[in-house]
Amino acid sequence: MDQTAPLADLPHQHVLFADGMALDCGASLPELAVAYRTYGALNAERSNAVLVCHALTGDQYVAEPHPITGKDGWWDAVVGPGRPIDTGRYFVICANVLGGCMGSTGPRSLRDAAGARWGTDFPPVTIRDMVRAQKRLIDHLGISRLFAVIGGSMGGMQVLQWAADYPDAVFAALPIATAAYHSAQNIAFHEVGRQAIFADPDWQGGRYWQTDRIPARGLAVARMCAHITYLSEEALARKFGRRLQDAPKSAGEAISLFGDMFEVESYLHHQGSTFVRRFDANSYLTITRAMDYFDLAADHGGDLAAAFRGTATRFLLVSFTSDWLFPTAESRAIARALNRAGANVSFVEIPSDKGHDAFLLDEPDFHRTLGGFLSGCAARAGLAAHG
Amino acid sequence: MADQVRFLAKNLRVDLRLIAGMIEPNTRVLDIGCGDGTLIDELFTTKGCDARGIEIDMAEVTRAVAHGLPVMHGDADTDLAHYPDDAFDYVILSRTLQAVGRPREVLRQMLRIGARAVVSFPNFGHWLVRWQLLRRGRMPMTATWDRMWYETPNIHPCTIHDFFDLCAAEGYAVERWLAADEAGRRAPWRRFPRLANLFGEQAVFLLRRGG
Repeated sequence: MDQTAPLADLPHQHVLFADGMALDCGASLPELAVAYRTYGALNAERSNAVLVCHALTGDQYVAEPHPITGKDGWWDAVVGPGRPIDTGRYFVICANVLGGCMGSTGPRSLRDAAGARWGTDFPPVTIRDMVRAQKRLIDHLGISRLFAVIGGSMGGMQVLQWAADYPDAVFAALPIATAAYHSAQNIAFHEVGRQAIFADPDWQGGRYWQTDRIPARGLAVARMCAHITYLSEEALARKFGRRLQDAPKSAGEAISLFGDMFEVESYLHHQGSTFVRRFDANSYLTITRAMDYFDLAADHGGDLAAAFRGTATRFLLVSFTSDWLFPTAESRAIARALNRAGANVSFVEIPSDKGHDAFLLDEPDFHRTLGGFLSGCAARAGLAAHG
Repeated sequence: MADQVRFLAKNLRVDLRLIAGMIEPNTRVLDIGCGDGTLIDELFTTKGCDARGIEIDMAEVTRAVAHGLPVMHGDADTDLAHYPDDAFDYVILSRTLQAVGRPREVLRQMLRIGARAVVSFPNFGHWLVRWQLLRRGRMPMTATWDRMWYETPNIHPCTIHDFFDLCAAEGYAVERWLAADEAGRRAPWRRFPRLANLFGEQAVFLLRRGG
């Protein structure tokens, strides 16, 4: 893991806003890049656009091979022709979040003409800042109202922020496996990950790009810790149980003191080592912090319903039974707040033993629910069956 | 009273037809215990209502939402408190009143969040129920009351008389009411509460706040 090369500066499709953007923290970015991908075609009325918001370690490559890993898009099962988010019908947009490392402005970006990177000087951003950046993109694309905004986990936080800040620009909002605030437990897990990064000598106070050595071990440990929270005890028991496997033979692989290792250990090592090849440590710090700050009710006098009062947006909330990172109670609390606000809300809990990750995986009930809800909304929005 | 039951889709459960007949077009409707959403679909398609549902059975909720219907998982006993006053023109509770934990509180909530409530319930005063209890001395088992006492979800059975009494005690105006047989056919004796209480297998009431 220690020899992992720094993240390559790949070209990403993007739009550059030369006037920059003011942030919640009071600082301003002198310029703002928003990297994005689109799938399907925008109709003549510009009414069939669906914005997909990605999660903490996701990116804009929703439904196509990833430029670094070569793996299928992270929501390939959900976005595509004939899929629940049907690209034959909807114009799907996904943007890399502000603070990310796949082409949108973030800690890896150059802060001035002299070629210095932001690094840890990158200002703290919020979920609302991320949504503002997406709004700039949507305006740039000439779309005044999104047919739907969809996202899971941190993507769901962005969906809630969209619906609260731009209700007239969102016909349907689908916050999946998410919460209206980041819980103390979730902040705690994030802090463990951040401390792992800080503790890696290769982090070098956040200026690691100057030596071409990245804090791969720290970032990998952060990923391993976080990955456990994305699964469930049941899923781990089903996939790995207590099975052992032979110790790695080559010196470059993870060290095992005991001669052999449990399969679950090997799995986590793999998750860690593949993650560091495609993600930037400072971005990880910035984005986890943005999630930790998120508390939508606090921005509305402590009453979540006030964030949605009078909204005409149609909501679908989905949670998963074994998700303990964003448990059903959090979605139910949002549903009840929406009820108090008089909003039109659908709410389903999908049975699954796959934990928080279920929203990314093959869950037929979830996919039917998603597709059916969107079709129902399309009928009410007057979208043609085949736009 | 209740003579204007219009023809609705053939596949609509008959008791739901009686209820749908009481709903004015283009109104805001909440159906509590909406199952797979058949009634709200009907009210949206044929009457242009903004109809939403609450259902406790998650498989039914999933089916409804997958058909594009606005349904949320929830419980009549606990979730109604989260709606604002006068959020709906009608709040419907179809054959569920006898199964909730606190029927009186549920009715209060219904008439707080809705201007009108439509309530249907199986009538425990039906002659066959009375006869079985009298003759056998055991809890009745009929087509309507078909579960043993120790496993029935119907923990709060009532008669049509009982329901009239509750409405009077709570100050609800009964705008319309009718009794029907199990198949949902209305019967000629519907105008006479005593006969309805004896021969009606189920009842549908349209209530309004403040009698």
